[in-house]
Amino acid sequence: MATPMESPITFTNIGKAKWWQSGFFASQTGYVLIALVALFVVMNFASPYFFTEGNMQNVAKNFSFIAIATLGVTLVIITAGIDLSVGSMMCFSAMITSMVMTYISTPGTPGAEWFVHLAADGKTVVANVPGLILLVSVLAGLGVALMVGLVNGFCIAVLGLSPFVTTLGMLSIVRGLGYVVSNGRGSFPGGPDADYFYALTSGVVLGMPVSFIYLVVLAVAMAVVLHHTSFGRHVFALGGNEKAAALTGISVVRVKVEVYVICALAAGLQGIIISGWLGSAPANMATSYELNVIAAAVIGGANLAGGVGGPLGAIVGCVLLEVIRNGLVLAQVNSYWQQTLVGVIIIAAVLVDRIRSRMA
Amino acid sequence: MATPHAAGQPVLELKGIGKEFGAIRALHGVDMRILPGEVVGLMGDNGAGKSTLVKIIAGNFLPSHGEIRFDGKAVHFARPIDARAVGIEVVYQDLALADNLTAAANVFLGRELKRKLGPFAFLDHKAMAARALELFGELRSETRPHDLVKQMSGGQRQAVAIARTRLSNAKLVMMDEPTAAISVRQVEQVLSLIHRLKEQGVAVMLISHRMPDVFAVCDRVVVMRRGEKCADKAIDDTSPEEVTSLITGAKEAA
Repeated sequence: MATPMESPITFTNIGKAKWWQSGFFASQTGYVLIALVALFVVMNFASPYFFTEGNMQNVAKNFSFIAIATLGVTLVIITAGIDLSVGSMMCFSAMITSMVMTYISTPGTPGAEWFVHLAADGKTVVANVPGLILLVSVLAGLGVALMVGLVNGFCIAVLGLSPFVTTLGMLSIVRGLGYVVSNGRGSFPGGPDADYFYALTSGVVLGMPVSFIYLVVLAVAMAVVLHHTSFGRHVFALGGNEKAAALTGISVVRVKVEVYVICALAAGLQGIIISGWLGSAPANMATSYELNVIAAAVIGGANLAGGVGGPLGAIVGCVLLEVIRNGLVLAQVNSYWQQTLVGVIIIAAVLVDRIRSRMA
Repeated sequence: MATPHAAGQPVLELKGIGKEFGAIRALHGVDMRILPGEVVGLMGDNGAGKSTLVKIIAGNFLPSHGEIRFDGKAVHFARPIDARAVGIEVVYQDLALADNLTAAANVFLGRELKRKLGPFAFLDHKAMAARALELFGELRSETRPHDLVKQMSGGQRQAVAIARTRLSNAKLVMMDEPTAAISVRQVEQVLSLIHRLKEQGVAVMLISHRMPDVFAVCDRVVVMRRGEKCADKAIDDTSPEEVTSLITGAKEAA
């Protein structure tokens, strides 16, 4: 005597949430974005230089310098983890890239004959295959990032160490290794492919800094992966309820290792781009950048408790930090105020979210 | 009410199941049979061995002794996924839901429906929402697939957790204290969900402390005490008073 199953389900008691009470508009990212737009308007009136093309390019370039790493850290934060080693990772990848580039571009060193030869004049160094040196050295830089990410992921997911402690240790280890391999000296991207390197890291295409283009491409890819693949779904599930994720058969270890690897790769790529802009990879490069990166992620709505965050938030957080920095300079405010203000904004952004969820 | 396989073979059969944790004997010589479409209440005081038994059936632990037969075949579950693969679903006491995801996402967690697009596989949101809505309809729960679980009532959350067990054609659903932390009206909903499962020929094992719930939905009640099964009676042949005295040990066995 099965009861009929055909009768459609009704929602007499369960109302539908209003559009402004759900999704993007109710998220921290949403109202930080509104605050950012307001800030743009204020800046427009405060300084005639703010909306000039040169300044906009400058802002776009500056925020893309931490934004790619912020995407990676946001991914880790969504799983309720943290990665403090991104600053060191940026430096180490940049350093390895420029050291490898210099090494294989120097005729006479073992292995270099595969990549370069001397021109007829006996002085000019010519690449055997244009671009190959660049490819190999960038892959070397990303390769070390991959390994650091794997070690982070292994310690956290397999050995069960706390993400904070593991990556705090890794911050120090990677920075130390950077000093060891460089002997404390900076390294410079050199050789016949150096021009390509600079073009690909600090060039301008269609009026936009290339780093900004990379950022947009990676952010779109991240949005698609997070919301339209099972990997993304599992990342959110892991941050929401790790035990539930494990019980429903999600391979928690694998997802965790993957997010730390992606985060390290993003940081490595970011470091390589920064070194192209600086023209060198000094051993103290990107020191304490992890704090800026985490601050940007948190302002943009990534919740350190896990389960919330996204690429748009990461970018909004980075832009907000940069516009404030830029705005304070244009408004001729003492630049020492900048750090204080950034701190206030971190707390304010989280506070607003707290108040909103209390009211709801 | 006749169930489709009424007189058939039991869906789950336990023979002499025992479990030791070091020097502690948590379970000893438990025999049990559950028929398809049967609702069995598993009762006992804290530490009586209910949870251990459930965890053994669900594949969290291997038994130290005895044999589990599922659908007539001997089975060994090394992990919970193995138990799920043969058709055993568990609704955990804490429901194992990710609060930050929608109802549909939770139902399909770990078993997402995908659409191939070249070398990539993307989530098929539409199909998952439609199937989830269908399941909520079957369970008579007013739950929207796109709502976030954190905004839901206890009864709705329970429905999401139960809907998950209906994805694969589970043959046995075990529910651990599904009515412990919800309101009276929601208890009614959950009990009717159990009826729904029974109608569809699913065997249900209900682990509960709440005597009225067990007597409202179960066909049979199994009482555990100190790691052993001390009673296994049709619900019509017993009374809440008798079950209480069996649980406390005032009455040795029945």
